[in-house]
Amino acid sequence: MSRFFLQRLATLIATLAVASLVVFGVLEVLPGNAAQTLLGPDADPEAVAALTAQLGLDQPAWQRYLQWVRGLLTGALGDSHAYGSPVAELILERLQLTVPLAVLAMLLAAALALGAGLYAAAHHRRPGDWGLMGLAQIGIALPNFWLAILLILLFAVRLQWLPAGGFPGWSAEDGGGFWPALQALLLPAVALAVVQGAILARITRSAVLDVLREDFVRTARAKGLSRRGALWRHVLRNALVPVLTVMGLQFAGLLAGTIVVENVFALPGLGRLVFQSIANRDLIVVRNCVLLLAAMVVFVNFAVDVLAALIDPRLARRAG
Amino acid sequence: MNAAPHASATARPHWQRALLHGSLVLGGALTLLVLAAALLSLWWTPWSPFAMDMGQRLAPPGAAHWLGTDAFGRDVASLLLVGARSSLLAGVVAVGIGLAIGTALGLLAAARRGWVEELVMRLADFSFAFPAVLSAILFTAAWGPGLVNAIVAIGIFNIPVFARVARAGALAVWSREYVLAARACGKGMLRTTLEHVLPNIAPMLIVQATVQFALAILAEAALSYLGLGTQPPQPSWGRMLSDAQTLMHQAPLLAVWPGMAIACAVLGLNLLGDGLRDLLDPRMRAR
Repeated sequence: MSRFFLQRLATLIATLAVASLVVFGVLEVLPGNAAQTLLGPDADPEAVAALTAQLGLDQPAWQRYLQWVRGLLTGALGDSHAYGSPVAELILERLQLTVPLAVLAMLLAAALALGAGLYAAAHHRRPGDWGLMGLAQIGIALPNFWLAILLILLFAVRLQWLPAGGFPGWSAEDGGGFWPALQALLLPAVALAVVQGAILARITRSAVLDVLREDFVRTARAKGLSRRGALWRHVLRNALVPVLTVMGLQFAGLLAGTIVVENVFALPGLGRLVFQSIANRDLIVVRNCVLLLAAMVVFVNFAVDVLAALIDPRLARRAG
Repeated sequence: MNAAPHASATARPHWQRALLHGSLVLGGALTLLVLAAALLSLWWTPWSPFAMDMGQRLAPPGAAHWLGTDAFGRDVASLLLVGARSSLLAGVVAVGIGLAIGTALGLLAAARRGWVEELVMRLADFSFAFPAVLSAILFTAAWGPGLVNAIVAIGIFNIPVFARVARAGALAVWSREYVLAARACGKGMLRTTLEHVLPNIAPMLIVQATVQFALAILAEAALSYLGLGTQPPQPSWGRMLSDAQTLMHQAPLLAVWPGMAIACAVLGLNLLGDGLRDLLDPRMRAR
């Protein structure tokens, strides 16, 4: 188990290192001088040169890369060109929206998927199964930002139950509070969860069906355990590993989805920050945000691998 | 997996089984519909998709404009027809890039094994950290927004997907006796790969291609919605949705049609992929 853990940890670190190189490399080929873009096309050449020096853009690329990595390790990420505040502070502030949104969406998706998947598997090849899987097929085909727009149309414009966008913040002093904040996150989370949940429901159903065919389930049933009892006692735990693995893989899609959906609802989260920073040519923010998003994906998948090995120790033995 | 097909089902020729397969027929029909819309728009649209008629702003659906008009008085039905082109173009090129480069890498990995395989697979692992939309945002940030850049970014994301599928399939084929026989006859690595391995993994690649095609359409729509993909005045479904969002109070229907078009295209391709998988690979038969 510990060997398995260390192996995964080594992969994690290597992946993060390559990711940082790719992010840095891709943004390195950006056309135009960042200092020129920040100051505008009519800026004084001397001011541009001064800003170039101040931003360290006159140093060779490898030196700037090493500086960035050092900053990542110490938390000193530098200041945003456009906002004028430290990047770390900016990102932490935006994470207060994006992390709860992603978690809420994942929870909703998991609840939706486990419910629908278990029901469909238990009613295999009956109308309930077909109906749910038909719905799942449609759910997978829906673009999450369109679903978001439809939800706004129904719940914000027509029924006026929930806000159409914006975020009041978590603290009451800023005019927000827990419930208003949660309300603002509900529609975006649903928009994200439906698509993810639909994919996951199909995985859950087929994983449960696979386990139901196993000998140990037949034995349990032969010993007099009811179908429902076998489902809860034996099948669920064994079916959980593939479901969990797919959930981990989906997390990447979910984070990408938040970028789009945050824009639909005008939510000041990490995704919107990346997007605005691209428009502002605020390279330093883009670079750190994209790496953070990638790192979150890698960490979640690492956690899923370890969790799967804890649920089913055979996995660690096979891999180690 | 005990997916033994019924005796009567195996006795039927391929085309008959295809016609009896519900999701294959429905998926194929939806896909053909989108394809037909894109082709039709090359020759004919009810109105010009670029013709603005300010007197007819936000007209409701009717006899003259079947699906109404947008904020500039452009015919929505015509915009939808032409918009299908951007979506299909994104799908064809992005899947083409992934299929060509990814399959080649996967086949190479399976044929050479050793460090080549290790390198290809680690790169594929790593790219999981960058989902299509994120990598596309990164690339359009570097090279500027536009349909071409968006498509290339989506295509690059497809490379590891196909590399993975091709390698897994090819490894299974390489361990078969007929490949051993071919090698014993003196066929080289390249010839064996092209004559024996590739034809045998082609069904898997085709199924994966339909799935990636659907994902590419979704990604193109999302990027165009964000303003990073197709640029105006070229119509695209994603852009139409972002335009419609500002007019939700006056003309809510404008936000419905483009989304339905995207969903139909994606649903059709996904169903088609499921159907093809059933038909081409009996072991994966949907339960």
